[in-house]
Amino acid sequence: MSVLEVPVLSVKQMNKQYGNGCSTCKQMKSGKVTKNYCHECGTVYACRDLTFDLYQGEVLGIVGESGSGKSTLMKSLYFDEEVTDGELYVAGFEDGNKNVFMESAQKKRYVRNHLMGKVYQNPILGLKMDFSSIGNIAEKLISAGNRHVGSMESRGAELLEAVNIPVHRMKEEPRNFSGGMQQRVQIAKALSNNPPILLLDEVTTGLDLSVQASVLDLIKGLQRDLNISIVLVSHDLGVIRMLADRTLVMLEGKVIEQGLTDQILEDPQHPYTQQLVHSLL
Amino acid sequence: MEINDLSKSFILHNQKKNIHAVSNITITVKKGEFIGITGKSGSGKSTILKSIYGTYRVQEGDIWYDSSHYGAINLAKATEREMVFLRKHEIGYVSQFLNVMPRTTARQLVTGAILEMGQTRELANIETEKILDHFEIGKELWDSYPATFSGGEKLRLNIARAMVKRPRLLLLDEPTASLDHDSKVKVKTLLEQLMNEGTTMLGIFHDLEFMNRLVTKEYSMQNGCFTQAIQKI
Repeated sequence: MSVLEVPVLSVKQMNKQYGNGCSTCKQMKSGKVTKNYCHECGTVYACRDLTFDLYQGEVLGIVGESGSGKSTLMKSLYFDEEVTDGELYVAGFEDGNKNVFMESAQKKRYVRNHLMGKVYQNPILGLKMDFSSIGNIAEKLISAGNRHVGSMESRGAELLEAVNIPVHRMKEEPRNFSGGMQQRVQIAKALSNNPPILLLDEVTTGLDLSVQASVLDLIKGLQRDLNISIVLVSHDLGVIRMLADRTLVMLEGKVIEQGLTDQILEDPQHPYTQQLVHSLL
Repeated sequence: MEINDLSKSFILHNQKKNIHAVSNITITVKKGEFIGITGKSGSGKSTILKSIYGTYRVQEGDIWYDSSHYGAINLAKATEREMVFLRKHEIGYVSQFLNVMPRTTARQLVTGAILEMGQTRELANIETEKILDHFEIGKELWDSYPATFSGGEKLRLNIARAMVKRPRLLLLDEPTASLDHDSKVKVKTLLEQLMNEGTTMLGIFHDLEFMNRLVTKEYSMQNGCFTQAIQKI
């Protein structure tokens, strides 16, 4: 590692609002805007002025209460949503010199299909429930430019085996699977194109403890063995403590605090972070 | 390493309190020295160590550390990435509690520490077995989870993990608390060995007898300030 380390993903001043905004909320007048919602025009400011970097091989945790803008951020990074304004630079795209948010839909698709993988909190969003599991993986591989059926099949089988889905069930549709298995199929799908960046949105929420453990071990192993960079959104501080090197704390669409994970947990500065850490069981 | 005028207080917003942990700490640590810090619990000993390690954010003062990678660097103002690098390569921290990943075996734990430094896996595997053996952790335990280890075994594993990195600076937070005599002797031997290899160490001790046989300089603390410094060697 050199002193001049280049981030693999860099977000600068990203904003995302739902609604057009009005003269009242543009000035953020107090009394008219509660949290990040404007009473005059109903605009929601989901992400406000987000700026952060992600480096190779690191896990960046994002915590915050529900409604703080975590998932909107993840959707924006994966181009599921158009951002209002802001910049995104990805190391593997045009040497990280072009703002991907401003590129064409085709270029965005390229970045998404070749350089990223995403696991959604809700498997319905990430998987086609009436395709076979291996077909789901093939879908991602095809969009990344693969055309050879045999190699896609062997890659799919290899991945499903890696996430502990029994080989004899890989032709089955994910809707027949348990929540934990669906989540693991999603992870296999997200990894199929060997992405340098993995976006994980509440991957362990709603899973029972033993399945949670196996999903977490899987993620840790991937990071250790493949040295990929991960953005990990979770409201479970235990998960963050275990996996993240650095952590951002979000509230009302803004990053209110960031630091090394042990800093956030042992020496929280912001009132909200202190409350969050003290709520830990 | 030089610490100038370090102060740290904790502002607890929901209780509307401001707690001063340490104030105006100034200390110079030369390479190869072993500094012992003593004092009652709550006097601010751990705060100093955690400020150096970056767990606590320093409000006032500087911590100048002579890094082999960055040169002179102020840890009080280092970036997150610089701190991550230094923790991986240069600064070790041993606490009385073993904070480990669940479901990670003793072997994986040590190997992981070596891999972090960019070594090859084969080398890491060989080195791991060497160090586990050296720290007298029974072979039958190598592939089991440290959560089930005894206190002494956990601590030795903890030091082993910190030691494989051959840190330039090792911070010890009561490394002998709750250990029996035999384990203490083992830990002492290991620390002496580190000293001979030129590691600079800074440690907190309650066991004065143990400390006195090791350290080169002793500081006593009271209410967040140093009250006394004794040169031992």
